[in-house]
Amino acid sequence: MSTPALKTSIIPLSLFQLPRDDRPIAIAALFIVAILVAGTSYTLWKFGSAPLLSPNYLMQQLQVGSFLGVVAAGMMVVILLGHIDLSVPWTLAAAAMMATAVGGAWAIPAGLGVGLLVGIINGIGVAYLRVPSMIFTLGVNAVMRGLMVWHTGGFAPQTAATDLMRFLAAERSYGIPHAIFVWAAVSVVVIVILQRTALGRYVYAIGNKEAAAYLAGVATRRVILTAFVLCSLTTSVAGVLLAGYSTKAYQGMGDAYLLPAIAAVVIGGTNILGGRGRYLGTLVGVILIVLLNSVLSIMEMPEAGRQIIYGLVIISMLLVYGRGERVMS
Amino acid sequence: MSDAASTGRQARRNGSDLVLLLRQNAGLVTAVGLFCIVYFLYHLKHPKGFSTQVLVQNSNEIFSLAMLAMAQTVPVLMAGLDLSVGAVMTMVDCIASHTLQGSAWQIALGMVACLAAGTLAGFLNGCVVVYGRIQPIIATLATGAIYIGIALFLRPTPGGKLNEDLNWASTNSLEDFASTLGIFEDGKANWFQPIAWFPTSFVLLLLVALVVWVPFRRSVTGRTIYAVGSAEGAAYMSGLNISRAKLTAFTLAGFFAGVGGLFLAIQTSSGNADIPQAGSYTLNSIASVVIGGTSLLGGTGGAIGSIFGTCILRVISFNFRIFDIAPLLQPLFEGIVLLAAVSLGALGVLRVKNTLELFR
Repeated sequence: MSTPALKTSIIPLSLFQLPRDDRPIAIAALFIVAILVAGTSYTLWKFGSAPLLSPNYLMQQLQVGSFLGVVAAGMMVVILLGHIDLSVPWTLAAAAMMATAVGGAWAIPAGLGVGLLVGIINGIGVAYLRVPSMIFTLGVNAVMRGLMVWHTGGFAPQTAATDLMRFLAAERSYGIPHAIFVWAAVSVVVIVILQRTALGRYVYAIGNKEAAAYLAGVATRRVILTAFVLCSLTTSVAGVLLAGYSTKAYQGMGDAYLLPAIAAVVIGGTNILGGRGRYLGTLVGVILIVLLNSVLSIMEMPEAGRQIIYGLVIISMLLVYGRGERVMS
Repeated sequence: MSDAASTGRQARRNGSDLVLLLRQNAGLVTAVGLFCIVYFLYHLKHPKGFSTQVLVQNSNEIFSLAMLAMAQTVPVLMAGLDLSVGAVMTMVDCIASHTLQGSAWQIALGMVACLAAGTLAGFLNGCVVVYGRIQPIIATLATGAIYIGIALFLRPTPGGKLNEDLNWASTNSLEDFASTLGIFEDGKANWFQPIAWFPTSFVLLLLVALVVWVPFRRSVTGRTIYAVGSAEGAAYMSGLNISRAKLTAFTLAGFFAGVGGLFLAIQTSSGNADIPQAGSYTLNSIASVVIGGTSLLGGTGGAIGSIFGTCILRVISFNFRIFDIAPLLQPLFEGIVLLAAVSLGALGVLRVKNTLELFR
């Protein structure tokens, strides 16, 4: 219990006097500034320009990052419960493929419908059958992959995204990409749910101790089901957006979103065991990962170095603020 | 008290011991039974069923995943999870593609280097978890990225060349193994014949399980891992060395994953830093562990069950090949079987009398 006092005496930073849930967010935000400074000094030295600081470039990066941001928003709710959703990759791809396959006015509802369905199946498996979420969602992911391979014949589908999907994902108004508006809308929905509704309170309560929440009269199973539906819905939104952005759906389009989404949530200070964390942190975590990626690609870092730096950043961030308590009793 | 009576009681006690043993290992027994049925059907239907050739092929395809499943079992027993096993396997695979060449001594040294690299990777995982006090699932997610990075650094493109004799000796029957090494009269010795048809990779798998896992499980550290999985606080209060158990668990996982990577390199005769493959091996290792009867909540199960879990997973896909199921439908069936297998274990929910028991 003396650790915080000790730290403030050694490091006279107000950082360590912040509330426990805000500290990770502040440190991650500082790290973002560090990335920007390091990246900019590199580009100034190498090319004599500072593309990282130009609003246009930042907007473009955030546009690409908004897909990850939307996935991470839903993932966070599930992680707050102490569960995890590994069905993200093929839920995302299935939503994109269904949306482009149906086409027309029903494209987006079809994509979201996939998310709704997967979410309900995940929720039933985890909440009612009590299968550990890690393995059940893994199985659902395999089934979705099987369905999509069957549907597409294993090739990239020939169908194209509709104009509305293109409008939402790839176009801009007043210089701001529409995808960022979608991300903002999803964020507002998640923030309101987490902070202003009973459902959000229940999510935190279940993440801390499900038995206690149950004894307090919470219909815990229904809350878990709802959270998984929410996660799959946001994943399918990301799938529809990504299909719109790249004008088509393709095999394995969701593979690159699962682990970064989990990493973004955890870097943002959400406890992987559930019950603790703020949405602002997830937002900061997503921006951190997106900027880190773009700086590494400006530096023309080969994939090998990217992976190593990526791993080291996650570990060192967590060593600063993500350490667990020592089990003593 | 007569001798007869006490023998009778002894026999009865042995009987109830057996029942107890079966009940404690219900998951393992189910997995073994399921495997026997599915595999028997496979051989019945296969045109070359019950032949060494088929056995060798199957055993080679099972080995690496079985090793990863064993690797995954150890952290899962302490209610942890190692998401880096696929990455460690890939890293060792790439190291092996550089080191397993030249003279016999160089190859032997190269193998030791591979296993040491895997073990070291596991040890580092353990250090991050124990001393960094980061949750295993997220810590190994991060270290896994680092190991994949190292693998990509060693093999930016697939390639490399391994000693061909080594490949031939390890991926065929024991007879071929003996004849390559020039021992047991080139595998033609009379006493050798009854076991000459065994696939070498199967014997290796058995060896690793019996020489490494079984003694480990019986050691104090092995038991501590089970205790930590059941109740970490209670284990701590009982004076068990928890930090050592966790470090050992991850180190052992790294070793098993290293063996898997070494064999993968020998089997494919090349190194490939394949990120999707690493991911799918990791996820399949978790599935194998669960099908093999180990609880993800820790404390019950074992690596032997996980080997059978792997066998079931693999044999199901073997069956697709011979039962004329359209290739496009195979991933779907695999997914449904996986989902059904893990949901079957959940049927106990229906018997729970007190809802509170659901929230362990």
